[in-house]
Amino acid sequence: MIKKEVLKDRIAFILLLLAAMVTLFPLFWMLSTALKPSEDLFAKVPILFPSNPQWSNFAEIFSMAPFARYFLNSGIVATVSVLLTVFINLLAGYTFAKYRFRGRKVLFLIVLSTLMIPMQIIMVPNFIILSKLGWLNSYAGLIIPRAAEAFGLFLSKQFMDEIPYELIEAARIDGESEFKIFVKIILPNCKPLIAILSIFTFMWRWNDFLWPLITTSDKDMYTVQLGLASFVGQFYVEWNSLMAISLLAIIPVLIVFLMFQKLIVQGIVTTGIKG
Amino acid sequence: MQLSSVKKNNTRLNRNKFLPYLFIAPNMLLFLTFMIIPIIFTFTMSFTKWTLIGTPEFNGISNYVKLLSDKQFLAAMLNTVYYTLATVPTTLALGLIGAIALNRNMPLRGALRGIFYIPTVVSLVATGLIWQWILSTDYGVLNYVLEAVGIGEQQWLTSNALSMPSVILATIWVRCGYCMVIYLGGLQGISQDYYEAAEIDGAGDMKKFKYITWPLLRSTTVFLTVMSIIYGFMGFDLFYTMTGGGPGFSSTVMVHYIYKQAFQVGEMGYASAGGVVLFLIIFILTLLQMKGDDQQ
Repeated sequence: MIKKEVLKDRIAFILLLLAAMVTLFPLFWMLSTALKPSEDLFAKVPILFPSNPQWSNFAEIFSMAPFARYFLNSGIVATVSVLLTVFINLLAGYTFAKYRFRGRKVLFLIVLSTLMIPMQIIMVPNFIILSKLGWLNSYAGLIIPRAAEAFGLFLSKQFMDEIPYELIEAARIDGESEFKIFVKIILPNCKPLIAILSIFTFMWRWNDFLWPLITTSDKDMYTVQLGLASFVGQFYVEWNSLMAISLLAIIPVLIVFLMFQKLIVQGIVTTGIKG
Repeated sequence: MQLSSVKKNNTRLNRNKFLPYLFIAPNMLLFLTFMIIPIIFTFTMSFTKWTLIGTPEFNGISNYVKLLSDKQFLAAMLNTVYYTLATVPTTLALGLIGAIALNRNMPLRGALRGIFYIPTVVSLVATGLIWQWILSTDYGVLNYVLEAVGIGEQQWLTSNALSMPSVILATIWVRCGYCMVIYLGGLQGISQDYYEAAEIDGAGDMKKFKYITWPLLRSTTVFLTVMSIIYGFMGFDLFYTMTGGGPGFSSTVMVHYIYKQAFQVGEMGYASAGGVVLFLIIFILTLLQMKGDDQQ
């Protein structure tokens, strides 16, 4: 009986190993292609491991398009988005959890009801609003409109609900101002929340495509994803260059994922966030 | 204890009545400007003809009438339904099988779970490019394998028949890990007692799955189904990078069509009507999900 279960465990393990190889193959193929000299690309039999890895392929793409600028833009957008999103959503989440004020329930319900509404549905009016604000082709337009997310507020409020009132009361007795209580007492108690919201915001903003696509036409403001997509259509680019830049484009998110894998997976299971 | 604190809060906060509003102001202001107003705006714009030049002209329901007779929009709807029907059951089934396997005793469990989740965090633009290369007709590695096993070369991205399956294939790669991780969470919430009791009754694996696992995963399945259908209906990035909606209109989906109408043709009112149709679909799906939750 026990032996049978062990056998099943082994079969499951082997099947999963095979599935893992299939899952990893496209990424392996990307790396392998990125390192190939051009003549290897058109080999009759695909070459799995380039005999003469061309690390210079990675350097060359930066002379083919202003990718350094695109990386800078994506870095600025993702980082500032994290700071702004975390700050305003935690402050609002804290207020909804710990203050009693008129309209509290209604406002929160309105926000919550938009939780399922994807950006795709409201892209047209948002484009018009951004053009009226003069925010097209700007960091402001890439960052600010996406900062207030129903998901972030919802998660923050849920977390803040668990913070004991005594903590806040004690600080009030000490005469701290309400804002200082938030910064000095509440924020240090929200490290897991800050971590999870920062990680997801970073990954979402870094990978974002549709929003930069509709709000950005000026090449100086392109993000990495936008640069990548336009790189293909522009002129003839060989696949080793394309795979090299694609690989560089996914590395920041891969690093974040590998560093915080456990936290990310837990966050997804407990909150059921969109992937 | 808690009650008295709440009371104290109230007396104190009466003195700074505006403070809570100040604290939620940044969030609410952005929310109003970039979520609430756009939702209302989508509806009102859908009843106008507007090409961004000049002022919007009220034209009643003619955008909706036009949508229903627009062959390209209807084709885009059909493609979207095809995409959703093809991706949702496959990713859920593969995710469930993977989760059941991974829920057993084995080495490297954490690492395997991490590997399966990686495609979810890779940007869709990069994913689209990788698959474009794998599926390339002349030098793609998939065609090489198909040739070698005797199936023969296929025109993946460049034929009407296979452009949709190409994107579907890439989507399955992207989404399986997400479904698996959610299902794994569901499986770990099922008490071992049920299985032990079933074993005493002599139930085999199939019976255990049918009478314990599957029913107890019901809310997870409902959740994943709804989330995946919404994901399917919102599909855009992969289509944009892999096929550009082509060849012809063979892989143009709803979001892509709305995008083209708004930003290439410049028909803002007409595109908004398409947006409203999508909104209603999401709305109905969300209600179904809530109903599914209630029954739980």
